[in-house]
Amino acid sequence: MTIINFPPPPRVDLEDLRAEVRDFLATELADRRPRDRARTWSGFDADFSRKMGERGWIGMTWPKAYGGHERSALERYVVLEEMLAAGAPVAAHWIADRQSGPLLLKVGTEEQRQAILPRIAAGECFFCIGMSEPDSGSDLAAVRTRATPVEGGFRVNGTKLWTTYGHKSHYMILFCRTGGQDERHGGTSQFLVDLNTPGVTVRPIADLSGEHHFNEVVFEDAFLPSSALIGTLGEGWKQVMGELAFERSGPERFLSSFALLVEAVRVLGKDPSDAAQAAIGRLTGHIVTLRRLSRSVAGMLEKGEDPALQASLVKDQGAILEQELPDVIRGLIDVEASQNTENELSATLAHLVLHAPSFSLRGGTREILRGIIARGLGLR
Amino acid sequence: MKWHGLDGGQFQVSETDHILFDTTARLFQSVVTPEILESAGRGVWPQAVWQGVEELGLPLALVPEEQGGFGVDPLEALGVVRIAAQFALPLPLAETMLANRILGAAGLTLPEGALTVAPTQRDDALSLRRDGNGWHLGGTARRVPWGRDAAAVVVVATDAEGAFWVALVPSGAFAVALGDNLAGEPRDDLSFDVRLPAEAVAPAPDGFDAEGVRLAGAALRAIQMAGAMGRLLDMTVDYANERVQFGRPIGKFQAVQQSLAVLAGLAAVSSGAADLAAEALAESLDPLRIAVAKARTAEAATTAAAIAHQVHGAIGFTHEHSLHTVTRRLWSWRDEFGGEALWNRRIGQAVALGGADALWPMIAAA
Repeated sequence: MTIINFPPPPRVDLEDLRAEVRDFLATELADRRPRDRARTWSGFDADFSRKMGERGWIGMTWPKAYGGHERSALERYVVLEEMLAAGAPVAAHWIADRQSGPLLLKVGTEEQRQAILPRIAAGECFFCIGMSEPDSGSDLAAVRTRATPVEGGFRVNGTKLWTTYGHKSHYMILFCRTGGQDERHGGTSQFLVDLNTPGVTVRPIADLSGEHHFNEVVFEDAFLPSSALIGTLGEGWKQVMGELAFERSGPERFLSSFALLVEAVRVLGKDPSDAAQAAIGRLTGHIVTLRRLSRSVAGMLEKGEDPALQASLVKDQGAILEQELPDVIRGLIDVEASQNTENELSATLAHLVLHAPSFSLRGGTREILRGIIARGLGLR
Repeated sequence: MKWHGLDGGQFQVSETDHILFDTTARLFQSVVTPEILESAGRGVWPQAVWQGVEELGLPLALVPEEQGGFGVDPLEALGVVRIAAQFALPLPLAETMLANRILGAAGLTLPEGALTVAPTQRDDALSLRRDGNGWHLGGTARRVPWGRDAAAVVVVATDAEGAFWVALVPSGAFAVALGDNLAGEPRDDLSFDVRLPAEAVAPAPDGFDAEGVRLAGAALRAIQMAGAMGRLLDMTVDYANERVQFGRPIGKFQAVQQSLAVLAGLAAVSSGAADLAAEALAESLDPLRIAVAKARTAEAATTAAAIAHQVHGAIGFTHEHSLHTVTRRLWSWRDEFGGEALWNRRIGQAVALGGADALWPMIAAA
């Protein structure tokens, strides 16, 4: 029997931590409107990130020597899910905490770790991801941005795309070519790029809702010192692959539409129709189940395992739920979505409708993810 | 460890620490043959297979040691229920385990043989009335699993004051009208009009009123469906790797791969849901977790069966091929002890009553 294992998450009592986070959020987000909560981990707020850093909720699992707090993955999970469920604006530190910091911990130099990690943990250092390019999205191995060795370092030329909050980040982890173009997986490397570097230009790209969080980042003869290399020259691909399980399985992969569910429950009141009860109950049950799987993956990550297949399954099923939620709500309540209205349900629905297409594109496009799953099943 | 499946496909088994799982899987593998499934589907009781189940002590696996069990961890016992469903075991193993758990908790004697529970239907109610030293049991319970074959039925009934009692009713003490589900598993209507001695009746234990029995039944079906979907994934991947068309295994086509990835996702969510159900059943029959588990697995089963049939093509639609022994069970089990509509409404009702701000805390506590 091919059993894809999802062991039970560790049973630990984390209710004190949970209560602490809820109290914090009740104060910090007291006046936050549902439509703004709907942004969740796309909401950028440097002040909020700094406050989280002060509370010890960034870099939670990192060694104290680097400003971390040596707490468990499940404790971190509690903080994350409470933040996302409440729609807290965690975007500023999100990438740094989730993957940039862990990368430096894993393969960075001591100098890089000392210089960067404490600042991330303090909620004062923000990162963006330099992977996608105009001609290289799902096909990451086809990147063309190149770092050519020069005296003292590297000269970088190329363009990165879909760089979320690149315009407000301090650093980028750049994934680019350092070897032959014909070596698909070999010959790539990762670099720590200070976005103030001369020759690096960040240009805004608006998404279809009119919001600016995407960017194009152009490198024109930008010089990076040798000390900017992360890990091993030519091992970029392997290093990136190690990041992905972290990126794919967290609560952000099924809670993106949660604010709309909350608002719909509010509008439907205490005694909705049988059909509404069933629809709301169904969506709730989907979230409960996905949370179970996601926490199981957190437990596996905590043990140092690499549950890539499990993480991909959670992400795939999570995106389905996130995208259908707005449609289900529209089927229950007669409401016209609008970004310009006093009506919170209408505005929250508008936000989700406009952003839902991205849920199955970002962090691993659906069709590619399913191909990865198929390979994991032994079909390729 | 590799086994050969009923269709000649090979099963890859992950090494488990669980001797119980390995032993039961080996047993089911060898005794649940296509012939046994065929005859069971026609109503023939597979006594030799039941004997094997009894020899392993499985009927008592959900009974705590202090009540007469063997000290098996309930979660492991429910893992056996899942494995039994993977092999489409055509027996009331889950029902017998549940019946013995109820009897043990009630302090009643644990009988030999296969057992079942009643009533299973929401609208059925059995009544107990004092009759001298004993009781009179009356009423009809419809669609009781293996009612015709069980050595005894464990029933939940109410007395004149509405209090719940459990009773052990031996075979022969009730009338049986034969019925079945879509998989040909016996689902019989039992009519009671019988006097029971005092020692066969006890107050219903905590959690096991009529609703408790339905919650337990729903949890068992959720666990069984997860097992069946694991089997479905295995069969369908094997078929896709073996069936050659247009010069290659059909599993090489992206369209087929995408479907199988979805099937794997459904098996995964069902596995998680089944774990929630097992924990609830082992603890306090938490209605929220069981409702979620039953609804989610039932919904997943629908799509999973559809994908499996689509990939298997025409051959999977025949009686001779064993695919239907799994899919007809999924189509049956998803309806038993309440379908998605019912359980989703329950969850939704609880959500509505709690209000918008209580929704997340409810989810986080599940």
